[in-house]
Amino acid sequence: MSEQLHNLIIVGSGPAGYTAALYAARANLKPLLIEGNEFGGALMTTTEVENFPGFSDGITGPELMDSMRKQAERFGAQLLTADASRIELGRIKLDGEAGELEGVKTVWVDQTPYRARAIIVATGSAWRRIGVPGEAEYLGHGVSSCATCDGFFFRDQDIAVVGGGDSAMEEATFLTRFARSVTIVHRRGEFRASQIMQQRALDNPKITVIWNSRVTEIVGAEGKVTGVALTNVDSNAPSTLAVTGVFVAIGHIPRTELVVNQLALDESGYVITKAPTSLTSVSGVFAAGDVVDHTYQQAITAASAGCVAALDAQRYLASL
Amino acid sequence: MPTVTATEQTWEAEVLAADVPVLVDFWAQWCPPCRKVAPLLDEIARERAETVKIVKLNVEEHPAISRRYDVLSIPTLLLIHNGQLIDQLVGAQPKAAITALIDKAL
Repeated sequence: MSEQLHNLIIVGSGPAGYTAALYAARANLKPLLIEGNEFGGALMTTTEVENFPGFSDGITGPELMDSMRKQAERFGAQLLTADASRIELGRIKLDGEAGELEGVKTVWVDQTPYRARAIIVATGSAWRRIGVPGEAEYLGHGVSSCATCDGFFFRDQDIAVVGGGDSAMEEATFLTRFARSVTIVHRRGEFRASQIMQQRALDNPKITVIWNSRVTEIVGAEGKVTGVALTNVDSNAPSTLAVTGVFVAIGHIPRTELVVNQLALDESGYVITKAPTSLTSVSGVFAAGDVVDHTYQQAITAASAGCVAALDAQRYLASL
Repeated sequence: MPTVTATEQTWEAEVLAADVPVLVDFWAQWCPPCRKVAPLLDEIARERAETVKIVKLNVEEHPAISRRYDVLSIPTLLLIHNGQLIDQLVGAQPKAAITALIDKAL
């Protein structure tokens, strides 16, 4: 079974991965989708998705992903709920007369190889950590990256959200259901979040903002968070904010550890594709979603990229 | 053995007085990553029925237990042996990380 040569393996299971699987399955490519143990991607920890067209009353992230998953499966995508541990893109053999001939690509799940003629990398992104003392130490004891999961534990407490994008606004607004107060700490003088998300947060009486400030340390006592140490970026003045919870929402880093040194990446580590296609630096390897996109990072743009990658892969396979 | 559901009332008997190491899964209905961990724990409960007891604790229904162990994030897995906390794992982790945690009590 594992030695079978697949047409297409898709690695990753966010909107990009499932949409690629849907299109590839409908094109009869019988794609294998390696979902990872944490299938569903970044949307699994969001609450309400209000901007995915077609859902006029909103839909929760997990519901949207369950639905995309079922839709891909319905058309014959094979789903494997396990983490890809290694990807080998094969050697490019140069054959004088036939030109470039691609090696078979292999995705390893622990010791099991899965081989394919083409691969779509849709591994998404991981939470970015602040990288300050105390952050790792207090993870699970006041430091969290999942407001949906952990807001409950901070009922009637004072908490901080670090960040200035849509996810920081969403988390701060969500956390006011539980917390006594929510302070958004942002290193700039304005948010990069969309206007509607900013306004919703700023209008909330439980939310205050500390602008132009960096977190320098997460401080605690007896194993639990007691506050965050801040530095004003203009005056360098230090201060301390007394909170029992710190929710980190400062964006993402692309998950390229499986393809680093094999695909061309930009200076921030995102996979480089030949716009407007999903073609990477290795033929037969396509990339889609947050692993490519450092600009838009929306569910709908990832889904769109997944569609493009499936169509590109289909064209590539037809040309072999 | 299958996984066991603990409550505040049964914590002492099911967890602290157990004669094998106990892995406790702190979870809640609303927590998406908890749903990733649950099937892994079912597998481990089957594969290691002799050596470890897997217990589920709903943090919403039994907040006193989470407070006692300073659990402020879910999923959190606590490894308890002879009534003592041995180690813990925060967040949805791969199966290998969970079995490595259990091995610390063996």
